[in-house]
Amino acid sequence: MKTWKRQGRGDRTRYVAVLERPEAQVLRGLMGQVDQMLTGRGAAGSEDELAALTGIRTGPSTPPDDPVLARLLPDFASSSEEDAGEVSAALRSVREPELIEAKRAAIATVLATCPAGGGRIELAPAQAEEWLAAVNDVRLALGVALDVSEDMPEQLPADDPRADHLPVYHWLTWLQDSLVTTVLG
Amino acid sequence: MSAPAEPEVDERVEEAADEATLADTPWQTIVWNDPVNLMSYVTYVFQKLFGYDKAKATALMLDVHHKGRATVSSGSREKVEGDVARLHAMGLWATMQRAS
Repeated sequence: MKTWKRQGRGDRTRYVAVLERPEAQVLRGLMGQVDQMLTGRGAAGSEDELAALTGIRTGPSTPPDDPVLARLLPDFASSSEEDAGEVSAALRSVREPELIEAKRAAIATVLATCPAGGGRIELAPAQAEEWLAAVNDVRLALGVALDVSEDMPEQLPADDPRADHLPVYHWLTWLQDSLVTTVLG
Repeated sequence: MSAPAEPEVDERVEEAADEATLADTPWQTIVWNDPVNLMSYVTYVFQKLFGYDKAKATALMLDVHHKGRATVSSGSREKVEGDVARLHAMGLWATMQRAS
């Protein structure tokens, strides 16, 4: 793909890019995987009778064990706070369901606007924002899985088990930076 | 934070970040540095969520990058709780704490 381009003005602004078939497949595959993880976590919430009656959903009060999910759904309170555990538990329980919902909605927008076989992508400004958030979540997930550091090299030694996956991370970094630069431009 | 290429930033704007810290308010929103989030994206999120102009958003981003953390908003507990939730939705690593 080439860099994103802005077309039109105001409400008619569109952000346009063309993805090759393999690029679209990789992007959609990763989006699907993160979505599945979030769905699994969401199902862990209490779907009890009280929640059904009141319409008030509550999620789990403890952080996910999985390090990828833990990064996507962080604690609310700084651990330096005296009552951090209590504050984080209470807020997670209240806030996590809507956070999962927002992240899954952003992923759904990517899947709806990125053709499975590749091709032209045309995003309204609100859709571009969801793309940025969803691509960022996929990069966060890969970042944890690949143990990405701030000075990550362009390439890893061939015998590093992460070597084959790093180019995908770098490509997503480039895609996201291109879109955010175009949106801010 | 990372950047795909050498960013063109003006180091002088960094000082402006201190203005965001209001010691007399009860709660603060803290954003922490992490190795994945892009400098450009973090600046975008600060502009988008808080309505900060480019200079202020860039200064806060640089604070996160260089000092490891920055106070990006402050106010009542409810307000800060909402700010942290919106930052989490955008994938930033944010927490809330009482202003010291």
